[in-house]
Amino acid sequence: MGFPLLSSLVFIPIIGMLVVMFLPKERHSAIKWTSTLISVVPMLISFWLLWDYFFNYAGDAAMAYVEGPVSWIPILNIQYYLGADGISIPLLALTGLLSTVSLLASFNINFRVKEYFAFFLLLEAGMMGVFVALDFFLFYVFWEVMLVPMYFLIGVWGGPRKEYAAIKFFLYTLFGSIFMLVAILILYFTSEPHSLNILELRATGSAMAYSLQMVCFIFFFIAFAIKVPVWPFHTWLPDAHVEAPTAVSVILAGVLLKMGTYGMLRVSWPMFPEALRSLSFWIALLGAIAIIYGALVSMAQKDLKKLVAYSSVSHMGYCMLALGAISSVQAITGCMFQMISHGLITGALFLLVGVLYDRAHTREIAAFGGVGAKLPIYSGIMVFFSMAALGLPGMSGFISEFMIFVGAFSALSKIMVGISVLGVVLGAAYMLRMVQRVFLGEFDQKRWGGLTEINFREIVTVGPLMLLTLWIGIYPKPLNDLMAATLENLVNLMAR
Amino acid sequence: MTENAYLIPLLPMFAFVMIVFFMRWNEKLSAGFSIAMILISWVMSLVILFETLGRHGEPYEIYFYLTSFVGINLEVGFLVDSLTAVMLMVVTTVGACVEIYSVGYMKDDPRFSRFFSYLSLFLFSMLGLVLANNFFMIFIFWELVGLTSYLLIGFWFEKKIAADAGKKAFITTRIGDLGFIVGLLMVAFYAGTFNFGGVFDKVSAGLIPAGIVTVMGIFLFCGAIGKSAQFPLHVWLPDAMEGPTPVSALIHAATMVAAGVYLVARIMNIFVGSAEASMVVAVIGLITSFLAASIGLVQNDIKRVLAYSTVSQLGYMIMALGLYGYDTAGGHHSAGYVAGTLHLMTHAFFKGLLFLGAGSVIHAVHTNDIQEMGGLAPKMKITSITFMIASLSIAGIFPLSGFWSKDEIIAATLHHPVFLIVTLLIAFMTAFYMWRLCFLTFFGKPRDQHRFDHAHESPRSMTWPLMVLGFLSIFAGWVAIPWLPHGFSSFVFHGELHHASPNIILMLISTVVAVSGIVLAYFIYYKEKISADKLAEKFRPIYKLLYNKYYFDEIYHLLILNPILKFANFMWSFDAGVIDGAVNGTAWLTIVWSNIKLWFDTWIVDGAVNGSGWLVRQGARILRFLQSGSMQFYVLFILVIVVVIALIKFEFIRIDIHWPVITVVFVLGVTLLGVLSKLAAGSEDAPSSAKQEE
Repeated sequence: MGFPLLSSLVFIPIIGMLVVMFLPKERHSAIKWTSTLISVVPMLISFWLLWDYFFNYAGDAAMAYVEGPVSWIPILNIQYYLGADGISIPLLALTGLLSTVSLLASFNINFRVKEYFAFFLLLEAGMMGVFVALDFFLFYVFWEVMLVPMYFLIGVWGGPRKEYAAIKFFLYTLFGSIFMLVAILILYFTSEPHSLNILELRATGSAMAYSLQMVCFIFFFIAFAIKVPVWPFHTWLPDAHVEAPTAVSVILAGVLLKMGTYGMLRVSWPMFPEALRSLSFWIALLGAIAIIYGALVSMAQKDLKKLVAYSSVSHMGYCMLALGAISSVQAITGCMFQMISHGLITGALFLLVGVLYDRAHTREIAAFGGVGAKLPIYSGIMVFFSMAALGLPGMSGFISEFMIFVGAFSALSKIMVGISVLGVVLGAAYMLRMVQRVFLGEFDQKRWGGLTEINFREIVTVGPLMLLTLWIGIYPKPLNDLMAATLENLVNLMAR
Repeated sequence: MTENAYLIPLLPMFAFVMIVFFMRWNEKLSAGFSIAMILISWVMSLVILFETLGRHGEPYEIYFYLTSFVGINLEVGFLVDSLTAVMLMVVTTVGACVEIYSVGYMKDDPRFSRFFSYLSLFLFSMLGLVLANNFFMIFIFWELVGLTSYLLIGFWFEKKIAADAGKKAFITTRIGDLGFIVGLLMVAFYAGTFNFGGVFDKVSAGLIPAGIVTVMGIFLFCGAIGKSAQFPLHVWLPDAMEGPTPVSALIHAATMVAAGVYLVARIMNIFVGSAEASMVVAVIGLITSFLAASIGLVQNDIKRVLAYSTVSQLGYMIMALGLYGYDTAGGHHSAGYVAGTLHLMTHAFFKGLLFLGAGSVIHAVHTNDIQEMGGLAPKMKITSITFMIASLSIAGIFPLSGFWSKDEIIAATLHHPVFLIVTLLIAFMTAFYMWRLCFLTFFGKPRDQHRFDHAHESPRSMTWPLMVLGFLSIFAGWVAIPWLPHGFSSFVFHGELHHASPNIILMLISTVVAVSGIVLAYFIYYKEKISADKLAEKFRPIYKLLYNKYYFDEIYHLLILNPILKFANFMWSFDAGVIDGAVNGTAWLTIVWSNIKLWFDTWIVDGAVNGSGWLVRQGARILRFLQSGSMQFYVLFILVIVVVIALIKFEFIRIDIHWPVITVVFVLGVTLLGVLSKLAAGSEDAPSSAKQEE
């Protein structure tokens, strides 16, 4: 065993947080640069993992870079146990990238700077932790650790209704995690000897009684579904997004939502195959509803950020549709693609909305018009990501949606998938309506004459997301190969 | 050269990238570079055409790159057969003409370089679409041409109407793509591959149930309905005329809208496998063609007349292809395939020319309204002559291009009387509205003197492409002269090669129909023997119906668009009211509940605690009376207690009752006496005890 790479992903941000806390609080730029540079380290490590995993481990479904299990609290058989496989590696890289990008996008924060950046690093540690934990106790701890900084980031640095949004987010998620805790305890007490090891429980979970499987599955599902969010548990999302500062929205959409779907793939889906089989239709149905519903509600939005937030509901609906198509490797692969591509595209959209908001101090769609003439570069990038969001071929969103449709069509009710395809048209409708009303048409020189073009730092933040969106869209094979073995193994586990 | 065919789309892509990143500051360089790239593509297409001719149309397929998505192969490959070779020629030729033309037309536009970058991107997508060897790839390029069409229609996006038109085009074609996607899913599921050859093999081997083939064919055709602006999704194309005219010529006349026709021709094997699906295709084509031609009769915007003409001609091609599929499925010979593909080619040239000519006219008089033109022929010789050549060609006058292809289409309908009659009617209408346009634009007296005075012939960069396309409008169709030994029909064909014998009678009939259309237009609009206004007055309801395009837009607004928007708003209030309401309601209930708990806690739980304290204190107050220090009282008290005990004992044991009534009466009586005596004795006690309590 070499250098503990996974642990360093978790602990470097924590060390960074401590460092930031010892910096003098009026040295704003020192704080900003320190935290950004520190976050570069886990980002590079996660990229290295991506690279190394692709070339050395991708053919095998087994966990790589395993650290532990080291006995931590022996009396409860709690272990410090980390590992990564084909579904966590890409999400770690996404987390690493988006954390640095978001920190870079936070440079215009000028209120209680030190706390903000400290919280942000703690948040990064929590996110990384969730993706590498292989022990339920650890998993649960990281899951909750993440909530605290998020609560403060929304509640202190947010918009006008920040307190409401923060409390709603916190309580809603906490409500879900209680169910998760109960399910974990059930698993702990029914296993012999008592264990919290996710991999062991995953292997033995299918032997559980059907009714018990059902209870655990539903409890886990509630916890994860709130996070995704699955319709109808989604209403915390628009509030949180609208109130959160730009960078926090990016993390929220880019990483936090994926924890729900990741949790499903890591924990409840392969662990309770029998319960999964009897519920898969309903899960897919929830996904199909979310696709159409989210798109329709997006169409009615007057606030740019809320529009993007509801489009997230619709896009995560594709993931749920895929997760209902449990017998299809294509659909599950598509789900992973969708998670990553949604992280890139929606993350970028939030960044871009933030760019406009910083200058115009409003996000009301009707207030703009013809911005394309004044800000050609900004508008070009925004149109690019709008096209990506509506699933234009050549970009990652198309690949993922198409894979999901192909997979779901073979595994699910054809009519349900046929109706879900409607989301493609509705997606085009709401994105293009937005593009048209903000960027096209006549420009109000008097009101918006002072708008300035997107600056270099902001281009640096969205640039990598653009490249990755294109790369996955044009050449999806590497990402597919990276995850293939793990996903195939998962599908086999689900089919037990 | 054929093995390097992938370079043909990549060259315009290269131009796009170079312009966007390096050249956009230099307008001349941008335009020059993108023209150079498309010219090289043109040369390569020409070479490939000859190579394909040399192979007698034998397909040449290459998997440029291959990947597998667990079960389904996604290929990046290209297929060069006779259809591809012809389409490559058409796209590169019109593309090159339009790019050169645009140098003059778009001069002084602030986004000149951007225009050329978009055109290059479009050519990349369109050429990629033509070369694709599988459903997946064709869909990718299909969407990309949709994107560039969107960008180019809304090129002058400051105009709200242009921005609206772009959005409408994109969304309307996407509705068709919805069906296309479902068709693709069916292909993936039932055929297990996207490769054209692989799918066709499965269909012709009967491995896919006939009913599924029909449904699959119809769904795939939905894509063509959207892209080729067929009924009921034709409404976007006339609006798309808000884009710059070169765009209308290239994308919305010659190439992109022909993609739907190309798709139907490309996947003809599926339609051949299903007579029902083919009939759907043919009927949709016929309806579209008729509706659009009739609308074209009365429109006054020069570009919209041409747009409806385009829709009508595309319907022609679609119908011919549909009939081919139907006849072949029934085991009959049909000229439909050759007719459809030939018309695809000839139409691209003469319709491209018509649009560029219209652009030249608009450039000169700065209006689209033909009622404000007139008498322009002497001032714009090249424009008017080429425009009339194209008009003769589209009307189907011997021996121009259009004659040969239109004749083939009519021949394809021979076994279907209804189709034959309507097709001839459409041919008549086409000749009429085209020459109405010609007479109103180029002949007669100028109806707007001011505009007429400023009119002038366009610069050479615009007239040269007109002449090239004029040449092609005359001669391109000659490759299909039925007496030629190795003509078009022995090169581009589907299934088995067979020679249809030239039908002289049919040719005569179609010529008579076309000429009579022109003659009628001549009498109404040139000689003005018959008043157009009076005709319109006489057939007022029909005129109004046609002038308002059968009210399609209004109906769609009323029945589809508004309900969807209303529904979206309803969903939004549902979300805020019901779903979020449930969440907030739960929170509210929790707060109410916790308030009840607070009340309970304060008054009942804590109340019990405080209450017991209070009771003790009150009790103590009462007992304090006993501690009076008076010996008599103590004795009295002892006496009373003794009496009470004795009474209780007596009552329970001797009388054996449940309630010690006498005792209670006694105790109450003694207490009353005591209280009364206390009140009488010392009322000065009370204030001090009240003070103590505080």
